[in-house]
Amino acid sequence: MPDSIVDLQNVTKVYTLGSNEIYALNGVNLTIKKGDFVTIMGPSGSGKSTLLNMVGCLDLPSEGIVRINGTDVSTLSDDELTTLRRDNIGFIFQQFNLIQTLTAIENVEMPMIFSRMDAAARRKKALSLFNQSNLEIEYADHRPNELSGGQQQRVAIARALANNPTIILADEPTGNLDTKTGESIMKLLEDLNSKGTTVIVVTHDQRLAEYSNTTIRLQDGEIYHESGEND
Amino acid sequence: MNLVKTISSNMYVELAKRNLKRHTVRTILAAIGIIIGVIAISSMGILGNSLKLSVAGSLGDVGNEIVVYPSYGESVITEKQVDELYKVGDIEYIIPILSNVAKAEYKSESIFTNVYGLEKDGLYQLVELEEGYFLRSGSKDCVIGANLAENLDLKLGSRLTVKDSQFRVVGILKESGFGLALNPDGATFITPEAYKKLYEDVDDGYNLVIVKVKDLDYVETVAGSIEERLNKKEDVVTVLVTGSILKSIDDIFNSISLFLIGIGSISLLVAGVSILNVMLMSTMERTKEIGIMKAVGASRKEILKMFMMEALIIGVAASLIGGVLSFGGGFVVNILILKEASYLFAPSSIMYIVAGVTFGIVTSLAGGMYPAWKASNMRPLDALRYE
Repeated sequence: MPDSIVDLQNVTKVYTLGSNEIYALNGVNLTIKKGDFVTIMGPSGSGKSTLLNMVGCLDLPSEGIVRINGTDVSTLSDDELTTLRRDNIGFIFQQFNLIQTLTAIENVEMPMIFSRMDAAARRKKALSLFNQSNLEIEYADHRPNELSGGQQQRVAIARALANNPTIILADEPTGNLDTKTGESIMKLLEDLNSKGTTVIVVTHDQRLAEYSNTTIRLQDGEIYHESGEND
Repeated sequence: MNLVKTISSNMYVELAKRNLKRHTVRTILAAIGIIIGVIAISSMGILGNSLKLSVAGSLGDVGNEIVVYPSYGESVITEKQVDELYKVGDIEYIIPILSNVAKAEYKSESIFTNVYGLEKDGLYQLVELEEGYFLRSGSKDCVIGANLAENLDLKLGSRLTVKDSQFRVVGILKESGFGLALNPDGATFITPEAYKKLYEDVDDGYNLVIVKVKDLDYVETVAGSIEERLNKKEDVVTVLVTGSILKSIDDIFNSISLFLIGIGSISLLVAGVSILNVMLMSTMERTKEIGIMKAVGASRKEILKMFMMEALIIGVAASLIGGVLSFGGGFVVNILILKEASYLFAPSSIMYIVAGVTFGIVTSLAGGMYPAWKASNMRPLDALRYE
């Protein structure tokens, strides 16, 4: 499978709560190809966030193998995982998760600082990302708390794109936004996907599934329905 | 390349400054702790140093001399023993001195004085004149110490009576402080001839011999060879190296300084703990932020750098302020304890301020180390989930 960008084999994640073992994921097999737009759906507690964390290398499986671009992530050290995330994965969160002490444009520049891009190139790239995410340049020097939810999420998207990731992971990206703003954010993701970026969205909002070409439904840590592509 | 690096590291500085500003009061309080600690260390160091300098000052110019006294049981150092001294190498000069104590009278007043009989050349090496001139050999002149001149109200040309003989004052010495070999301030210096006339009945020989060594480094070896030569069979002389006395006084005051600095260090230690506390609180509060940064690609080293930068900024700023205020602190303790502040700007005092500032910075960094390490080792997922 040369074009599979995410490959999960029999992935299990067990949390121990007191004497109980809880299976957040139970033997999940999943392959996502380069350029896919995947929606992961399911009720709360179905394991969809855990699945996203696995793909985002924020968490490691109890059992099974997670491969990103062909690399088995369990073989990587903490700092190697960080580098993998930095160079390959862009995160978009429900809470936007911008750094409050940094201005909008500095938030976008932050991942580029970590990848040691030089200051002039960084600023140029950040401005073009502002443009790409439909953000007005006049907001560049605003702090996150001076921006609306939609603007903050656009900044977060611009930040996610900073190091030209191959995968965008979005956890309920419209969860804190009104319907109209949510739609524009999804259009932005759709647009990115059309340029070749793999987009994976976790949501329980049925409408978001319409943007994707594959929808995965999770329940009790297991995939019970996968649709799209050939449908 | 270099320019780029400074800009990207400026980002860390900028971020650290903003984070410190987020909790201004807390930052200032932590900084005050360091400031007080630095002042405490520096002022205590300055106080100890000033004590040492003031004692060293009143000891006078002890220098590196070797003083040879007759041992217990021996009355004098004989001419023959002095000849032996000349055979020891590396000696610049030897001054044999006759000494006794006598009553000095002028007009209706009298006082006890050390009477020293020695050659003009020797006198020239040992003391400094305030006015007049040194003795002419064979004369009945005398040179007197500053205190004696003051106490008996003696002037040049006055006739001083010592043990029923009259001497003409031809020189008055500068005040020189307490000496280890001689006490010139209250003394009367006369020629050996005059001395022998004054004390006809005492044994032939000298009461002490001052040996000046060519090079400071040879003092101990010369003292050793003197011992070897003169005390071959039995102890006939006691050899005293004045420099070693100065050194032991120095050692004592170094211990006092160290003790005082130790007291000051306690406050700096407390300040370090408060930095630790403040930074730890800040790490907890920013757990989520750390998680975000780790998610978007901050390595452990970069998180460590961010937090250490904050500790460094507090440390450098507070320590420098403390360093400047230490001049004030040093002034106050010197005035309170020594009643004078002239030693405040001595280079060795300034060194204590430099040391205080350095310790302040080091303490801040040490206090920041654990929180920074803790932050850098947070797992991104745990940190992201933290609310």
